[in-house]
Parts: sequence; structure tokens; C-alpha cells
Amino acid sequence: MEQPPRSMTGSSEHAWAGAARAQADAQAGTSQAPARMLPVGSAGERSSGWLGCLMLIATEGALFGYLLFTYLYLAVQTTRHWPPEGLPKLPLGAVNTLILLSSSGFVWLCERMVRRARVRAAVVSMTVAVLLGVVFVGIQLHEWHGHPYGPVDNLYGSLYFTITGFHLAHVLIGLIVLVLLGVWTALGYFDAKRYAALKIGGLYWHFVDVVWLFIFTTIYLTPYWIG
Amino acid sequence: MSDTPAFAKPGDPPGTLRLSRPLVRTPFDAAGAERLAHIWETRPGWRGWFSTVDHKTIGLRYLVTSFLFLLLGGIEALVMRVQLAQPNATVLTPEQYNQLFTMHGITMIFLYASPVLSGFSNFLWPLVLGSRDMAFPRLNAFSYWVFLFAGIFLYASFPLGEAPNAGWFNYVPLSGLTYDVGPNIDVYSLGMVLLGISTTVGAVNFVVTLLRMRAPGMSIDRIPVLVWGTLTASGANLFAVPSVSLAFLMLWLDRRIGMHFFDVSGGSHALLWQHMFWIFAHPWVYVVVLPAMGIVSDALPVFCRRPLVGYGPVAISTVATMVVGFVVWIHHMFATGLPPLALSFFGAASMVISIPSAVATFAWIATIWTGRPVFRVPFLFFAGFVLLFVIGGVSGVMTAAVPLDWQLTDTYFVVAHLHYVLIGINVFPVVGGIYFWFPKFTGRMMSERLGRIAFWLMFVGFNLGFFPMHIAGLLGMPRRIYTYGADMGWTTVNLLTSIGSFIFALGIAVFIVDVLYSRKRGPIAGNNPWDAPTLEWTVPSPPPPYNFAVVPTIASRHPLWEGRMQGEHEEGTHEGPRSRLADGYLLDQGREALGTTALEASPYVILKMPEDSYAPFWLGLMAALFFAGLALRAWFFAGLALVLAGVAIIVWLWPERELIQREPTPVARS
Amino acid sequence: MKTAPLEYLAHAAGPASLPTQRLEWALIALVCAVMIIVAALLVGALIRRRTGARADPSAIGAEAGGMPWIYVGTGLSSVALFAALVYVMVTLESVASPRVAPALQIDVTAYDWWWKIEYRDADDASRTFVTANEIHIPVGVPVQIKLRSADVIHTFWVPQLAGKTEMIPGQINEQWIQADTAGVYRGQCSQFCGAQHAHMAFEVVAQPPAQFDAWRRAQAHGAAPIGSSALPNAGKRLFDERCAGCHSVRGTDAAGMQAPDLTHLGSRRLIAAGQLPNTAANQLDWIQHAQRIKPDSMMPSIALSASEASALSAYLATLQ
Repeated sequence: MEQPPRSMTGSSEHAWAGAARAQADAQAGTSQAPARMLPVGSAGERSSGWLGCLMLIATEGALFGYLLFTYLYLAVQTTRHWPPEGLPKLPLGAVNTLILLSSSGFVWLCERMVRRARVRAAVVSMTVAVLLGVVFVGIQLHEWHGHPYGPVDNLYGSLYFTITGFHLAHVLIGLIVLVLLGVWTALGYFDAKRYAALKIGGLYWHFVDVVWLFIFTTIYLTPYWIG
Repeated sequence: MSDTPAFAKPGDPPGTLRLSRPLVRTPFDAAGAERLAHIWETRPGWRGWFSTVDHKTIGLRYLVTSFLFLLLGGIEALVMRVQLAQPNATVLTPEQYNQLFTMHGITMIFLYASPVLSGFSNFLWPLVLGSRDMAFPRLNAFSYWVFLFAGIFLYASFPLGEAPNAGWFNYVPLSGLTYDVGPNIDVYSLGMVLLGISTTVGAVNFVVTLLRMRAPGMSIDRIPVLVWGTLTASGANLFAVPSVSLAFLMLWLDRRIGMHFFDVSGGSHALLWQHMFWIFAHPWVYVVVLPAMGIVSDALPVFCRRPLVGYGPVAISTVATMVVGFVVWIHHMFATGLPPLALSFFGAASMVISIPSAVATFAWIATIWTGRPVFRVPFLFFAGFVLLFVIGGVSGVMTAAVPLDWQLTDTYFVVAHLHYVLIGINVFPVVGGIYFWFPKFTGRMMSERLGRIAFWLMFVGFNLGFFPMHIAGLLGMPRRIYTYGADMGWTTVNLLTSIGSFIFALGIAVFIVDVLYSRKRGPIAGNNPWDAPTLEWTVPSPPPPYNFAVVPTIASRHPLWEGRMQGEHEEGTHEGPRSRLADGYLLDQGREALGTTALEASPYVILKMPEDSYAPFWLGLMAALFFAGLALRAWFFAGLALVLAGVAIIVWLWPERELIQREPTPVARS
Repeated sequence: MKTAPLEYLAHAAGPASLPTQRLEWALIALVCAVMIIVAALLVGALIRRRTGARADPSAIGAEAGGMPWIYVGTGLSSVALFAALVYVMVTLESVASPRVAPALQIDVTAYDWWWKIEYRDADDASRTFVTANEIHIPVGVPVQIKLRSADVIHTFWVPQLAGKTEMIPGQINEQWIQADTAGVYRGQCSQFCGAQHAHMAFEVVAQPPAQFDAWRRAQAHGAAPIGSSALPNAGKRLFDERCAGCHSVRGTDAAGMQAPDLTHLGSRRLIAAGQLPNTAANQLDWIQHAQRIKPDSMMPSIALSASEASALSAYLATLQ
């Protein structure tokens, strides 16, 4: 029904005039330099997955930040006994922290072994990392069991179990990731040039460990400082 | 160490995947385009419908779905305005009114305002950036499915008369189990956590796309302002969304698991909710306006026949607004009894945040003044937007004044302010943007005549409806009241508002009619009906599935205006830069795109893009069912959905040869 | 007779609200000026005639040019904002707390959907009492209000006397009010608090000091004896049966804690948290049809026969 509108300047040939000129330039002046070689696909830190994992870490880091903010906001203003059963016991938590951090080391080692084409050493290293992670989970559950209160008994309990529970969930997911990485490594999926999944999964695991340091400090150590 | 020759050998089997390849420039040719179409197109029928990862399809789905929610939220508003048109009306019971105003807020703020901008960004980003797709096509599809399911989830209890009813801001203790025993708040809480997943993965996608999927030469100072707006909003979302997701999760844990996060008698603080909610919700208001401001910054100059004045300052002001937007949340809590010293800081920040907005406002006015306006429909919306932006902004400055806010807060003055900023800064640019990009979406132009009618109905109706709300607020009318007495002095302003809102709704209806009519009957549009400068206008309307037959190289912000702008041919100056659009990188060994560096955009990796997949749909469905199980307290069902979701993720992430995530097929060694 | 009881732009009655009113007028003037200037610039930009090269339809303007708009516009806006900010801070300082120590402290506790008002005197128990929905203050002196909530978050707001402050369960907020002119000032809850948020109003009656003292002394007494007439006594029995579970009347056995104290019901101007004028007919209407007047409120609609109604009414008439 309506006429197509008069175009804004009368023609849109200008754009292609410019483009045609560029094309003539390209054909006239041959490319003297050899064409650049570019990697193809998921190339380590050039893979989109690496960047995506960094973004995930940013947002999950914020999530843990808000959890710890909630804890500190309430801890600083509380008029009650905090924690209700007295100051947290440090030795087991500290040992558990070291266990988790060392498992990160074995994940890193696995990646290095794959890059050196030593697949069996890599799988062994990953297995050790997974076992250390399982020990961490076990100790954490043991600590949970040792508290006289649960998540629904009081405010501190709700905070403690939810914060450590969020972290534990991340550890469990991380363990599944590590197991899958171990399986894929054993199946020969990765070599010196293609190991992006190992880097990315390893990054996630390192994040989970670093977050634990913040949680440990907030929940285990700050009661000694806030008083 | 390279184990592959520099150039592909003739004897290589078909489909050989090399770890590295030379990047070769070729001119555009029709046969190559045909091959690319075959590689990139989605299967027809329902199979393609569930498995497509094409950003253009996903973008249009976002647009259509968010408009459906706009209409739903609008109907809720109109029913409320019927109730409020007269004092002591009995059209609605208090409970009905409370559910309506809550759902109106939730629908507009979460299910329309941000997803509609995601729709624009999803469709446009690869096209304006010179790319074949977003960085994570499957994640893109997933974010849409979760949005759709979350929207349905949030409305699930509405037909039962149990919609969320404690306001979109959902303060405790009113939203706790003691005062709200039904499923209303459970639906809201779990629905918001689900929706947060969509928002977060969408944000990840936008940020990574920006960092690496730009055409060569599109350095960071050449990207369109829409991209700056969405990028800023996405970065903010990564840091803000967890706060509200956590708050809602904690509320649900309190309500149904028996925890004590918000248990005042157990030692918690009611203000904890307000902090966590507003730490998210204030940045959120910039999430829903900055991309829309970017739409205006990109499209308005086209109708002024000159580039935007002050691109650099406008880009910086976008980021500055968002950054400052993280330290003003207390201005929603001025009346909560916090110490005046804290209030002073946040009040000052809340006034300072309008300075970047002033930069943008004067940039727009200057662009119109020094340009030559073309009075087509999109331009009407963008020009009207500038006025509404200023009105909304200055009413915000008034509420930022702490002692004055003690009078204005929780009155209709704030309702007026928020509608000027949301309708003025989001809806008007969105409608203008649809008029502008409709030819690119569909290949047809919308109607100038219907567009003008829609604009004037919307503009007049909106101002008639919402300007009197300022007066109502100054006359002391509180918010969120289902009725009022005849002797309060609010009768006239409420009647005007109700009339105005119906006129505005009529304008929206005309717009919808125009969309539906023009889809089938609008005049056919060519590549560039507006003679606009940016890359999306170099490809056909609608674009082919692969976007660009050859990936172009960019040399300026206005590739299609190069060589035509005044001042480029003056004596003594050499010719301006020239983008290369007709030749570029073919990248046709399967679905491929070019990855470039973050700041300078020089090529550094050839990306293998995934095929269509059902995994995003299945994962989205399992996620929704998991939350449905929690809402119904069907724990086994929820656990099962979680396990199936995990399976879907593992299938999705399993390393694929085609994407060279694992060792490629070995090449026969010579 | 005020046309809009909650309006605060034209009426500010004391030092807790007057500085804010002046600030408000100043900011309104500023924002109106800004809106007019921007609208003029916008219209000017739209309609001004372009000549020469500018008028060529195929020309595209240069990217440079126009920057002074941003510098000047942002610069002027910043100056105006900064000036406004200084004025805001000065106003905040003057309304945040009174110049002299408050002469009186009143405790207000918000309930769904009414207001409990307590006057306490640590030294003199005879001046301590509870009432509901109507606050009296002496004219010309600052009065400190301690704000609590019994259930959800409410907000105390009497606009012509002061800004608003939330009443948050688990914490005690404070604000001050002062009326320099005698009169009745309306207030309303301003934080969404559930079904009857719309109908949770109150009044502040500012009186010359002598009258305030008299009111206070009268309120502190318990209910007067009702004598021996049959009707009021029948009404009192009915009250004790049907109403005393929630309502209290000091000096009798009625000691309910969940609803307004009715000891001096007759002295109030309004009932049902500011909804109805306090007349005998309205009292009966409220008792029998509360759920129609204020649906979902805590007050049930109580069916009364005609004789019950007149007995109850006679009893309530004694609660002056």
C-alpha cells in the first residue's frame, strides 16, 4: 500500500563504491607478506571457554562475597553469643585447608604431565587430586556432624551450614569435573596442543580452593578478632 | 612446534581438521555464500525450532516474549487504574490489588525491561560487530529457554489467586512465612533464582563476545554505543545478580526449610533483606536503561545525518553511571533509621550520578542541533525520549536529596519518577528501535502513518498519565494503596492518570497492530533503507544465517559513511580510513568465526562454532523442573531433575572433535 | 478546612518540616528551569533552519563539532548540582535533630493496621498510659517519637510536621516532630504492610500546653465507673465477652493486647485508624461490618441483635 520511502540520500551506492575501491586495492596490490597462521578451535587461553570460566568465577566469587557479607553484617551487630558453642576449633579446619590446597597442586601437575605427553602420570596425578578432594569432603562432613546445632536451630547454624554447604556443593561439582577430566585424559583426548578442558576445569578447581581460604578466614578466624 | 604444513595439501581427506591455518583474504563470491548458507542454516520444522542456536532467532524470540510480558503487565496496570480512578472503589479486593501491583512490578522489571534489551543485543551484536555469531551460541539458546520457563514459573500461581503479593521488593517480615503462608512468595523466590541463571549466562555471553568476536580493526573505540551499554550492563549483572539470588534463596530456606536468616526474634535484622535486595536492584535499574540509551546513541545520529557528538565521553559516561550505580543503593533506604552520616554519603553519590547522564543528554541535543533532523518515526521516539529522560532524571535528583526524600519516598512522586525513567528511557527507545531495525529483522518497513499515530498517542497518553503522579505524591498520596478517601484531595489527579494510561495503552496497541500488519504487508526494505553507517546495514534484510559472507575489516566507527562525511575531502588532508567490506575472511570449513584481541581487535584465533543442539532446551527444562520440584516440596522429583540436568551439562561439555576441543583426526603423514 | 490533609508543599507546621519545604520549593524551581531549558533547546534543535551546506540532503556531517555543548552543559549542570547538594546537606543537618532537647517522648508501636501510642513517665506512674491512633502534643516544643513495630515494617509519617521513618521489628527508630501552630495533623502509614495498608491512618493533635496537660491527665485515669443503669452494664458484660479478648479498657477486667486500647474511646475524633468519624452510629457500623469497611483487617464483623447493639453503644458512650 505505502510506497517504499525515498531513501535518505537518494541511493545507497556510496557504500559499495567504497567497498569496490577497496577490493580493487586488494587485487592490485598483492599480499606480499605470507598470510598469518592462526590456531583453530579451543586453543588454551585463546578458547572462549577459558574466558567464560573467568566470567563464571567473577560471578560465583561475588556470590560467595555476598554470603560472607551476610555473615559479617550479622556477626558485627549480634548481641548474642557468637558462635553459640564458643570459638571455632582451628586444627582440623586448618589441616583440611591444606588438603584442599594440595589437591590444586596435583591438578596443576596433571596439566603439566599432559603437556609433556606423559598420560599415565597425568591420570595418576588427577586421581590423587580427586582423592584429596574426597578427604576434604569427608572431614567437612565430620565437622558438620560435630556441631550440636543444625541449620534450622539458630541464625548462626543457618549461616554456617549454608556458607560451608555452598562451598561443599562447589567442591562436589568440582570433583565431578576432575573425574571427567581424568577419564578424558585417560582416553587420550588431550595432547600438548589441545588441553583447553584441563586448563578450564583446573581453573575452576583453583577458584574453589581460593574461595575456601576466604570462608575459612571469615568463619573460623574472625570470631577470634571480632570477639 | 607445528606439525601441519603452512597450506592445506591437496591430498588431505575432506573434513580434515588442522590445528592451525593461514588466514587468507578473499573477495565475496556467490558460491561461497551459498556454501555458508548450507553450513549455518537451521533445520526447518520443530526440530530446528528446539535446537537452533542462531542468535538472530534467539534475539527475535526474546523480543516477542518480552513484549507478551509487557502486554500482560500493562493489563495488570490498567485494571489497577480502573480501581484507582475513583475514591473508595470496589473493583478489586485488597488482596487482588496487592497481587496485581506485585505482578505488575515483577513482570515489567524482570520479564520485560531487561529481556527486551537482550533481544536487541542478541540479534544485533554479531551484526554490528562484524561477527558470525555470539561467543557461546548454545548458552545463548539456553538463556532464552530459562527466561521463558522462569516467566511461566513466576505466573504459575497467578491463576490460582496466589500470585506473589508482598510487592516486587518483597520486604521481610511481610514476605516471611508468618505473614504470608501460601505459595505466593515461594513461587517468587524460586522463580527469581531460576531467572537469575538466565540473566547470568546471558551476561557471560555478552562479555566474552565483546572481548573476542569483533571484526578485525574494530578496536574498542569503534564499537557502537549499544554495545557499550549492554557490555556495561552485563558486567554489572555478573556482580549484582548473585546478591538477589542469594536473598531469595535465603528467604525460601527460611520459609520452607526452617532456617533463620531473616528471623528477627532469632537475632537477625529485617534490614539485611533491604541491603541485599537493593545492592542488586539499584544496579539493575541501570541494566534496564543503559542499553536503551545506547540504542538512541546509535540510531538518533542516523536521523541527524551526522555521527554522534562526543562518542568517547558518552561511552565513558555509560561505564561511569554503572560504576557509581553500585554505591547508591542506600537511597532506597533513606527512611530506615540509618545514621545521617551514611545517608549523606549515599545522597551525595546519588546526586553525582546524574552528571554522566548530563553528558549523554547534551551529546544527544548537540547531535540534533548540529545535524539535520529527518522526521521519520524512529526519530520521533528518540527525540521524545530526550525530554522524558530529563524529566525522569530531575525527579530523581529531588529524591536524592535526603531530607526531601523523607517526604517523597513511598509516595506517588517516586512512582512518577520510576515510570518516567522506565517508560521514558526503556520503552520509548525500544519502540523507536523496533521501527528502526524492523527492516533488518524482517525485510520490510513499518508504517510511517501508524507509527506517527502510535507515537503521539503514547507521548500524550504517557505524560497525561504520569505527570499528575508527581502532584499526587506532593499531595501526600502513599504508594501501594488499593483505594483512598474522597476527602484526601487525590481524586482529580488519579482520574487524569487513569485516563492517560488508557490513552498510552491505545498507543501501544496501535504499535502492535503496525508490527503485525507490516510483517506481512510492509514495503520491502533493501540492505540499508535508512542510509545508516554501521555494519548491520551492509548485509541483506533479513540477514542470511551466516551474517557475513566474508568477515570484513573495519577502519572507523562509520564504515558505510566513510568518504562521505564533511571534512574528509578538504585540501591538505589525505583520504579518511577505509573499511574493507567486499573482501575479507571466508572461514567456511564448517561453522567458523574469527576471534580477535580485546582492545585492538586483531585476529588471533579461528573459532569453531557448535552445531544446533537440543541440550540447551533440555537443560533449561530440567532446571525449571528442579525449581518446580522445590516449590512443590517434591524432593525426589527435584533431585531427579537435578541429576538429569547434570547429565545434560556433561553431554553438552563433552569435548568434541569438530570444535577441536580434543585431539583432531590425525593427518596422513607424508 | 484543608483540601488535602497529607499535603506538605503548601503547609509545613514546624521546624522539622519547614526547612524541607523550603528546599523542596528551591529544587522544584531548579528542576522546572532545567526542564524548560532542555525543552527549549530540544525544540530549537528540531525546528531551527539549516542553511547552506547543512541543508544538502546527501551530505553527512563531520564527526567533529558539537563538543562545546557537552562541556558547557555538563559544566553548568555540575555547578547547579553541587550548589543543590550543599543546600541539601544544610537542610539535612537542621531537620535531623531538634535544636533543644525534646520536652516529651512518646512511644508509638505499629500494628497491622493501627497505632499503639504510649505516654510514659518514669517518675510518675499516674502520667503513664496507653491509647491508640490519636497522638496529642503540646504546641511549640520538640517531641521525640520512639518507633517500634509489633509485626511487619510500617512507616510513621505526618507530613506537615516531619519526614517519615520506618518502624522495623527488632529495632527502635526515632524521629522528632514539632507543631508551632495548634491544629490537627493527619498521618498515614507509608510502607506497604499488607492488606489494609491503605487504611492505616492517624492524627496528631497539637494543643496549647495547658490543654495538653489536661488531656494527658484525663487520659491517665482509668475508665470512669458506669453506675448501675441496666443498659450500660449489659453492654459492659457483652464487651467483656466479645471484645475484651483483643481490646483493653484500663480500670476494668478487659485487658486484651492485640487491638487498640478503648479506655477513652469517646475522646477521639476518628475510629478504625483514621477511617471513620467517631460517632455512635459509626461505632456500631464498624463493629458489625468491619470486614466490609476494612476487608482482611484483624477486626471481625460481629453480629449484634438490636438490643445487643444498643447495650454496647450505651457502654461505649461511657468511655469518654
